[in-house]
Amino acid sequence: MIPRAKNYYQLLSKITSMKIYFNLLLVAVSSTMLYASCKKDSHDPPSGELVPVTVEFDNIVGGQNLFLDAVNYTNAAGEQFNISLLQYYISNIRLGKTDGTVYTVPQDSSYFLIKENDPATRLAKIKVPAGDYNQLSFVVGVDSLRSTMDISKRTGVLDPSAGHDNGMYWGWNSGYIFFRMEGISPSAPLDPSGQRKFRYHIGGFGGYSAPTINNIKTVTLDLNASGIVQARSGRTANIHLMVDVLKVFNGPATLSIAANPTVMFSDYSVNIANNYAHIFYHDHTEN
Amino acid sequence: MNKRFLLFSAGFLLLISCGKEIMERFTGFQKPVNFPEPVYRFADNTITKEGFELGRKLFYDPRLSRNNTVSCGSCHIQSSSFTHHGHDVSHGIDDRLGSRNSPPIMNLAWMTSFFWDGGVFDLDLQPVSPITNHVEMDETIENVLNKLRQHPQYPGLFKKAFGSEEISTARMMKALSQFMLLCISSQSKYDSVTTNLGAVFTPEEQQGYALFREKCSGCHKEPLFTDHSFRNNGIAIGLNNDEGRYMVTLNEADKYKFKVPSLRNLEFTAPYMHDGRFITLDAVLDHYRNNVQHTPNLDPLLTDGILLTDEEKQQLIAFLKTLSDRNFLNNPLLAEQ
Repeated sequence: MIPRAKNYYQLLSKITSMKIYFNLLLVAVSSTMLYASCKKDSHDPPSGELVPVTVEFDNIVGGQNLFLDAVNYTNAAGEQFNISLLQYYISNIRLGKTDGTVYTVPQDSSYFLIKENDPATRLAKIKVPAGDYNQLSFVVGVDSLRSTMDISKRTGVLDPSAGHDNGMYWGWNSGYIFFRMEGISPSAPLDPSGQRKFRYHIGGFGGYSAPTINNIKTVTLDLNASGIVQARSGRTANIHLMVDVLKVFNGPATLSIAANPTVMFSDYSVNIANNYAHIFYHDHTEN
Repeated sequence: MNKRFLLFSAGFLLLISCGKEIMERFTGFQKPVNFPEPVYRFADNTITKEGFELGRKLFYDPRLSRNNTVSCGSCHIQSSSFTHHGHDVSHGIDDRLGSRNSPPIMNLAWMTSFFWDGGVFDLDLQPVSPITNHVEMDETIENVLNKLRQHPQYPGLFKKAFGSEEISTARMMKALSQFMLLCISSQSKYDSVTTNLGAVFTPEEQQGYALFREKCSGCHKEPLFTDHSFRNNGIAIGLNNDEGRYMVTLNEADKYKFKVPSLRNLEFTAPYMHDGRFITLDAVLDHYRNNVQHTPNLDPLLTDGILLTDEEKQQLIAFLKTLSDRNFLNNPLLAEQ
C-alpha cells in the first residue's frame, strides 16, 4: 500500500513539474489511477483508525506578526509596504513516519485555502493513522490533475464561484490562483483607482492543451528539530508552521514593488513562485 | 433558387407541424451523421430534457449579470447564429465594451477550447468568464447562485434536472452546457449536398466549393469548418495590441494567433475577425487577396496571401453561403421561451 502511495505521488509531482502537455485521455487515466490509489490509502490505513492532526499556517513578516492594513513593513529592496490581502492554497498533504513510510491524505480531503482575514482557515485539518511523524510535505497551489478535473470535483475551497475581489480562480484562462498577496506601498505607481497598490496573483499549472508556466511548488519540511508529531487517538496534534511572507520579496529573487507592482499570469511570476516556495518553516509541534 | 425556396418552405412547414411534437419527444444529443465524434465528456453530464430546459432558462436569464440587465442571450442572439450581430466587440453591462467579437454558440460539443485565445478548455468552465468579466456581466457566480436560490422557480427546476433543490456552481454550469451542447448546426445546404439528402450545388457554388477545398480548407477543415488551431492570419496588429493566444501560453510563437473560427452560418455572423474589424465577407476575402501583413508568427499557409480572381471570389462567397442553416437560426427549442 505504501509504495503505491509513493508512486502516485511521484506521478503527481512528475506531471506537475515537467510542464506536461496533457490530453483528455491522460487526465482521465491518471485521475482514475489517482482515485484508485487514494481510496486504498484512505480506506485501508495500517492501523485502521484515523486520528486528527492540524497544520497551522501562521503568517508573519520577518520578525513581526502580520497585521492586515495596519502595519508597514520594509522589504530588501528598501520599500515600505503594508499587506491588505493574503490568501494561498495548500494541498496534497503528506506525512512521513519515523519508520520511513509515508501517509498521503486522501486527495479529496486535502485542499485548503488559507486566508489571513479569516482566522478559522489558518488550520488545515487532516486525519492520519496514529503514529510518530517527522516529515511534512504539501503543495502550495492546486495540482495540475485537479486543475483539469470536471467541475463537479471542484467543491468547497475549489469552487470557482468567488468574485474578483477575493477570488482565487481565473475564468478567462481556466486555472486557480495559487498565491495572492496585495497591499499598499509608496513605491507602487498610482493605479487607475488612485491607489498605490501592488497585486501579486500567482498561478499557472503547466497548461492543458499547450505547455506554459508551472508555479506549483512542493514544500517538504523536516520536523525532527522542532518536534515530531505524535498522532494519537483522543487528541489533536498541531504542527505549527510560520509563514514568513517577507520572503516573498526577499528570496532567491529580490522582488521590487516599484519594478513589478502587478504580477499575474506572466513570465515574471515564476520568480515570485520560487520565492514563496521558501516562506514556510516549522516552529514547533503541539502534541 | 427555386429549389432552395422549396427546401426552406419544406423545412419551415416541418418546424411548424412538428414543433409541439419535438418538444414532447426530446431526443437529447444526436451526432449528425457527417460529423466526427464529439470531444465533450458526456459521461460527466448526461443530457436530459429537464437539464436542457433549465440551461435554456439560465442562458436567457439576465439575473446572471450584476444588475440583471444582461443575459448570455444578449450577446449571443439565435438569429445571428448566437453572435452579437453588428457589434465589432461585445457590448456588455452599463454599455461597457469588450475587446473581442462575440463568437457563435454553435457545435460546441466538438470544440477543444473556448474563446479566441482558447483560454478555457472545458465548456463547463466557460460561463465563469463572461459572468465575472467587468465589461460583460460583472457578477460573481456566488451572487448568481444566491439569486437563483431565492427565485420562486429555480429550486424546483434544479430538482427536476438534478434530483434535489441544491443549486451549486457545478449544477448551474452543467445545465448551461446541456443547452449549449444542443445548439447544433448541421442542416445547411452544404450538409444536405454532402450527405446526399437531395440538395444540389449550383454550378457557381460547386466552383466555389472546389476553390474552398484548394485554398481555405487548410485551416477551415470540413465538416466543422475549423481545425481548432490557433493561427495568425495576417490581419494588422490591433490598435490595442491584442496578443491573442500568447496571453494564455506565454509562448512567443503564439503571439498574435487566434482561434480559427468555424465558417458555418457566416452569412449571419458579421462582423468578422477577433475584433470584428471586417464588416463584409468581401472585405475578408480582399484581406486574404491583397493585404496579408507579415507580422510575427504569420501562418505559413498565408505567406503569399490567397490568390483569387474577382469571379472566383464571388464563387467562393456563393459556396460559403451554402453553410447557412436557417433551421438552426429558427429552431424554437433553442429560443427564449
